[in-house]
Amino acid sequence: MSAISTTVPTPEPPWTLPSRGKTGMFCLIFAESAIFTIFVVAYIFYLGKSLTGPTPAEILRLPIFDTICLLSSSLTIHAAVSALRRGNSKMFLLWWGFTLALGLKFIEGTASDWHEMIYREGFSIKTNLFGTTYYSLVGLHASHVIVGLLGLSLVFLLALAGKVKTQHADRCEVFSLYWHFVDAVWVVVFTVVYVIGR
Amino acid sequence: MVSQSLPHAGEFGREGARGVLWLERAHEWVVTVDHKKIGLMYIAYSLVFLAVGGVEAMLMRIQLAVPDAHFVSPEVFNELFTMHGTTMIFFVVMPLLFGFANYLVPLMIGARDMAFPRLNAFSFWMTAFGGLLLYFSFIGGSGLYGAGSAPDVGWWAYAPLTAKAFSRGHSTDYWTLALLVSGVGSIGTAVNLVTTVLSARCRGMTLGKMPLLAWLNLVMGGMVLGAISPLTAAQVMLCVDRYLGGHFFDTQAGGSAVIWMHFFWVFGHPEVYILVIPAFAFASEIIPVFSRKAIFGYPVMVAATVGIAFVSFSVWAHHMFSVGMPSYGNAFFVFSSMLVGVPTGIKIFNWLGTMWGGKIIFSTPMLFCIAFLFQFLIGGLTGIMLAAAPFDWQLNDSYFVVAHFHYIIVGAILFTIFAAFYYWYPKFTGRMMSETLGKWHFWLFVIGFHLTFDFMHIPGILGMPRRVYTYMPDRGWGELNMIVTIGAFVQTVAVLIFVVNLIRSYFVGQIAGNDPWDAWTLEWATTSPPPPYNFAELPTVRSRRPLWDIKHPEDPDWKYE
Repeated sequence: MSAISTTVPTPEPPWTLPSRGKTGMFCLIFAESAIFTIFVVAYIFYLGKSLTGPTPAEILRLPIFDTICLLSSSLTIHAAVSALRRGNSKMFLLWWGFTLALGLKFIEGTASDWHEMIYREGFSIKTNLFGTTYYSLVGLHASHVIVGLLGLSLVFLLALAGKVKTQHADRCEVFSLYWHFVDAVWVVVFTVVYVIGR
Repeated sequence: MVSQSLPHAGEFGREGARGVLWLERAHEWVVTVDHKKIGLMYIAYSLVFLAVGGVEAMLMRIQLAVPDAHFVSPEVFNELFTMHGTTMIFFVVMPLLFGFANYLVPLMIGARDMAFPRLNAFSFWMTAFGGLLLYFSFIGGSGLYGAGSAPDVGWWAYAPLTAKAFSRGHSTDYWTLALLVSGVGSIGTAVNLVTTVLSARCRGMTLGKMPLLAWLNLVMGGMVLGAISPLTAAQVMLCVDRYLGGHFFDTQAGGSAVIWMHFFWVFGHPEVYILVIPAFAFASEIIPVFSRKAIFGYPVMVAATVGIAFVSFSVWAHHMFSVGMPSYGNAFFVFSSMLVGVPTGIKIFNWLGTMWGGKIIFSTPMLFCIAFLFQFLIGGLTGIMLAAAPFDWQLNDSYFVVAHFHYIIVGAILFTIFAAFYYWYPKFTGRMMSETLGKWHFWLFVIGFHLTFDFMHIPGILGMPRRVYTYMPDRGWGELNMIVTIGAFVQTVAVLIFVVNLIRSYFVGQIAGNDPWDAWTLEWATTSPPPPYNFAELPTVRSRRPLWDIKHPEDPDWKYE
């Protein structure tokens, strides 16, 4: 077996390394940021280059309330994780449920907006360049929200079954990093699509 | 590890037992999450694709050997160069390097496995299925009939050639989806590698004491995260265009073909360094051991690698000089591309400094590394030539460019990969590869390589464009192309010798023992092949050469570092 052994017995200094979960999640976030960057660049590059209408100003509704919901869900998930760390499962369940509800409200807002645009106004991904870039960028973000909601629901169901304990706080925190990232991306998407782009 | 219970061998007769054992073993490999097995699967898988990509290259070389040849049709030729490029980059070199990284990084940093073993298995199978999907194009939907459905748009698939109107059927879809799928696998592996290096090092192994291979793979992992993701994004856009009727690259609707080039090369150029940095890693481990000296300038090596990684993200548009850019754009990309030469030159001098005054042992791994140094220098110099925009305007898309990047990918990367095979094979299998066959392999491959790629520069300068399926006799490229093709055959023979060596040594190779090269890094501290848990007792490290410290307790490295 291994021929390695400590030859010099010295008092061992503490040996700590970064947490695996967090490091892995930061790597994933870095990769995802690069993906979003490309889509944002494409969106900005094609602003105003559509050959036909409609333009963003004619069709986009400012999703202010949805934005407030999504951004505040970052606070509630943080509250949930710290409640779990303190060992308060009830408060964890409450805050986590809140987060889930806020996320669902956000995606419901996107869904009804899209329904309105696609079915009432006939504006789809095929319509023009703006449609292509808009649905791709916002859709990419929405798909990340949906993945997050699946994760949130899974943990929520486990918590309802009483399976989420204090020792799982680290894992929940790793997941919350993803959720914070999804919120941060929305700040960028909102700024680019609804503020600058309109 | 795996403990799934298949029917026990004893329950069957003799014939049945053999069948079940085989099944059990295959099952064990399929469900494994052990980094060593996954590493070996990556390597085996890449070798299969190396053979496939090699056959494609040979078919092209036969077609081009003489003027006005009709060995393959123009349509098949388009498929051949597309599949050859895509296969070699995404399904040979990358998985080969991932395989070695998977096997070696945890061993070298004194860990029991990668940080996320199941993610590791997932990543491998994604890459594997990506490759199968690419080759399914030959027989899949609207394929088989004259093999008409293989991708034929070139490995960078410029728009608008990839639009539905110009690329009918599913050939481009196979290309897009294969790269999308394998890209997900690559990102997974990169997440895993970075996390493993940062969060799984054994006690005492600070970042400054890590073997260079671990350092360089950390940098490579970071680059994969930053470079493969834009490719994935661009492939999603292409899918949106092709399946949902989007207009990202649709020039008829105001879309831009040039932005695809930007997105592709934002991935494409860092990709070159993703491939070459692990090759540097092999050289940085092998050259010191066979020079019997510690690596020269360790901190500078690390700094140069990180420097290359940063600069490589700002050079992509040197692939696009001939597309046309404003003069300040040209100036920026000329400057940044030439800047890469500085840290790279530092590395070459450090390897030479390691060899200088050393007691050099000319074993096969070292021979491949020395050839690598020489060829990488030449390939780098033609790179500097092409980085000058006016020179590139003249020679872009000619065989000069093809010769240049094959000088890097074969002459530098593949040579160090062969060195790595000869060096770590004893660790993988417990047996040495044959030195005699190794020397034959080396010398034939060097001769074949130089015949092919030295002479390939000249038709490029004479004006032969890449990707033409034939040329007329009055061009005067015939003799040169014949020499190039002969070189390709010599290389094929050399690779066949390598394969024979690989298989033969597994059965009759000399028993290696734990540490056949008298090396200094942790993978040589455990048995060959290592047990599933790698180390019975996790090691503690006090210097960059932990095994030296154990072998020489009277003169350990940590006294000086």
